[in-house]
Amino acid sequence: MSKVNIALRVNGDVYELAVDPWRTLVEVLRDDLNLTGTKVGCQTGDCGACTVMLDGRTVTSCLTLAVEADGREVTTIEGIAPSGEELHPIQKAFVERGAVQCGYCTPGMIMSSKHLLEINPTPTEQEIRRGLSGNLCRCTGYNKIVEAVGEASRTMRSTDKEG
Amino acid sequence: MSMCKYPDYKFIGQSAPRVDAPSKVTGSAVYAGDIKLPGMLHGKLLRSPVPHARIKSIDVSQAVALPGVKAVITGKDTPCIKYGNWRLVPQSQDELPLAVDKVRFIGDEVAAVVAVDEETAEEAVHLIRVDYEELPAVYDVDAALAQGAPLIHDEVDLSGNISLDRKIDVGDVETALAGADYVREDFFTVHAVSHAYLEPCACVAEADAEGRITLWTSTQTPYIVQCLLASTLGIPENHVRVIKPTVGGGFGGKMELRPWEFCAAFLARKTGRPVRFQLTRAEELATGRRRHPMKIRSKIGFKKDGTIVAKDFEVYLDGGAYNSMGPTATFLCGNFGAMLYRFPNYRYRGYHVYTNKPPAGAMRGFGAPQALFAGESQMNMAAGELGLDPIDLRIQNAMVSGDEIPGVATISSCGFIESLQKVAEMTDWRDKRKNPAPNKGLGVGCYSFISGGVFNWFNTIYNFTAAEVRAYDDGTLHLLTMASDIGQGSDTVLRQILAEELGVSVERIRITSADTAMTPKADLGTWGSRVTLMAGNAVVQAAQRIKEQLVGTVSARFNLNVIHEIAFGGDRVFSKARPDRGMTFGEAVAMAVKARRGEEIVGRGYYTPRDRGLVSPAFSFGAQVAEVEVDPKTGLIKVEKMTTAHDCGTVINPMSVEGQLEGSVHMGLGYALCEQFVMRDGQTLNTTFLDYKIPAAEDMPPGESFCVDTYEPDGPFGAKEAGEGLVSPTAPAIADAVWHATGYRCLDLPITPEKVLAGIAARDGGD
Repeated sequence: MSKVNIALRVNGDVYELAVDPWRTLVEVLRDDLNLTGTKVGCQTGDCGACTVMLDGRTVTSCLTLAVEADGREVTTIEGIAPSGEELHPIQKAFVERGAVQCGYCTPGMIMSSKHLLEINPTPTEQEIRRGLSGNLCRCTGYNKIVEAVGEASRTMRSTDKEG
Repeated sequence: MSMCKYPDYKFIGQSAPRVDAPSKVTGSAVYAGDIKLPGMLHGKLLRSPVPHARIKSIDVSQAVALPGVKAVITGKDTPCIKYGNWRLVPQSQDELPLAVDKVRFIGDEVAAVVAVDEETAEEAVHLIRVDYEELPAVYDVDAALAQGAPLIHDEVDLSGNISLDRKIDVGDVETALAGADYVREDFFTVHAVSHAYLEPCACVAEADAEGRITLWTSTQTPYIVQCLLASTLGIPENHVRVIKPTVGGGFGGKMELRPWEFCAAFLARKTGRPVRFQLTRAEELATGRRRHPMKIRSKIGFKKDGTIVAKDFEVYLDGGAYNSMGPTATFLCGNFGAMLYRFPNYRYRGYHVYTNKPPAGAMRGFGAPQALFAGESQMNMAAGELGLDPIDLRIQNAMVSGDEIPGVATISSCGFIESLQKVAEMTDWRDKRKNPAPNKGLGVGCYSFISGGVFNWFNTIYNFTAAEVRAYDDGTLHLLTMASDIGQGSDTVLRQILAEELGVSVERIRITSADTAMTPKADLGTWGSRVTLMAGNAVVQAAQRIKEQLVGTVSARFNLNVIHEIAFGGDRVFSKARPDRGMTFGEAVAMAVKARRGEEIVGRGYYTPRDRGLVSPAFSFGAQVAEVEVDPKTGLIKVEKMTTAHDCGTVINPMSVEGQLEGSVHMGLGYALCEQFVMRDGQTLNTTFLDYKIPAAEDMPPGESFCVDTYEPDGPFGAKEAGEGLVSPTAPAIADAVWHATGYRCLDLPITPEKVLAGIAARDGGD
């Protein structure tokens, strides 16, 4: 089967690639673009470790073909901190609230949290748990992750007001 | 959460964020599967599709011929050296990296392929033809022990399929039970569950021109992998360097040499190119290590007033096809059976049994979740029959500091009774237990756990752990240790310990850990909750040796009287009596270096538990109460709250301890209610997270916890175990709460809605 030419816009940068049509988005991100922050935990869309944003909505990149992302905007964990010296408020809250243990679920958790706070800036605890229900974690028991998302929600709102 | 406060400490007791958290939230942390080296090849394993068979022949010709394939190996191409973690008992080392004559479970590794990419390697694996002569197979302990059962390891001289046993005899159990006022005997079965660490195993091996190996691998035990990889390759240990990159969880499942590590190293030497193996989740769930299923018989005798007189504990461990860490689990079950309460007479018989299933190995709790599900459920049942409150019965029999299991363990710090009292108070236990709301119940379970092991089953000649501290004139430190942070936070905690001991701030400490070529020998790895206590003690000793090298300089510089004590704090070194007489830590290092004409300041510390019995230098304790509501129409159990009071000694990092507790509740909840392997004729049928269900964020109950204040004399700054034992009380507590709500007592995990409905029906039928 011949390769397909695609253009991906990833974290603001445009990549023109020739990919096998059966290759998944996460494979292309990790293997071709060396963006290894996105993790593969199951390859079946169940664990959420590979969650990225595609045109502003979260997808499991292990179940998304790279060709489906052609011409679209992809945001990965590498693309959300404002700079190398500053973290996004969600990232900061994850660090400070002890929401990170082994860290393997963390990139996907943060992407799902980011999407949640974009569509619902003031989620209740239950809404946060629902918003993260597609992301499995084996270390934390989720509580500190839920607290971190709540904390980030408060920080982001107060920053918005000041701005 | 209420937490202990330590006014005397600056870094101990602080909820310091994880050292590695920033790299993990930005995606820059490098896990084994993220490593890419120039020219790297990709490997895949061929696994046995049958549970028990002789290998008659293997034809790899078609695989070798596939374009892109660089090498194909079978067992016969390798040195065929058996390995296993119990080096102390060589006949227990029963695994080969690739099967040679026989396969023993569905998933047993038979051949390996390396190719230019994963897809080609996968395709080549399917082109290998293996001719098997199938043998009868056994899938549970009863079948494996039956007369005429097929012998799974017929190459060694065993009596049947029992690979090893352990006996403990304290006192005279028969006489004590004969004289008891109340005796009960119960039978329990517990099931296998997966570690389900989120990071599937991966490794990359590189060989230098002289054949020395560097292996980056997802492991909890770099030293064990180094030694066993060297022995299976037939090369010196020093020619193997194992580097643990960031690891995505382990929970006991990554603490052995694994076939893909051997194959990556062997094939890197053979091809002259780096080789990567990446497992899939389906491989992990279908063939990976798991927690031991067990059949347990427990007989216990009491006096009328509730005092325990004896316990007779018999355990059959379903070990699967190889020993793995089964010997340790068999050993430890006997210890956990004797923990928590005073058993003046105790007998244990543990049998590790081979079956044609994926091997069981170490998993969080290491025998405790099984032994304590039985032991704690039995205490709850006995309390009911004796007409006593289960918490009162426990307090009456509880271990206290100074208690001893002769020749086995001595209890030093112990906050068990305080934990029981506290959890009762936090949950309003007495009122709720007497007056439950309809369909609601609450139940209790307790645990005790080890802070690392004393028994040298790996048969190392080195200290169990080691640390090196290098001090620099810019006021910074470099801590080097083989201790492995696999997500539990040891890099962070060891930094806090070093900061406290030397009075140097945590940001000034760089840490290099778990690289066998760079860090002092040795460390047995992350398991058995050993790292904080053992590596922590080594770090304290290394820091003290730094101090010894600096105090003379400071004393001379300020002309201090010989009895003046020197203090380290606030990045300074100074006289305790005259704090103005001192200098910065960096200045002290510079002066000491100059005084020694350029020799750097290095301190090393070691720790090996000695004169601490057979089990562990320290034991943690705790009590947990589960509150549930059961839907009588569906049998569905909703856990409404988990409350825990525990004794883990000094809490070095409260946020980390809470995180361990919450993670334990998650894993305990899965064990109790929803996680299980569905097996048919040795085949694991549920190999995705859709079908193997671990609790998600919405499944977690709210929790409350309390740390009982104790000080462990054998631990660094009084600390001991905090992350593993806590997984044990959850299942018996939930089972007890379900009984309290419904009258149904589950003796065979997991507690599924079907069992609850059948139990309710039996109750109603019996009325």
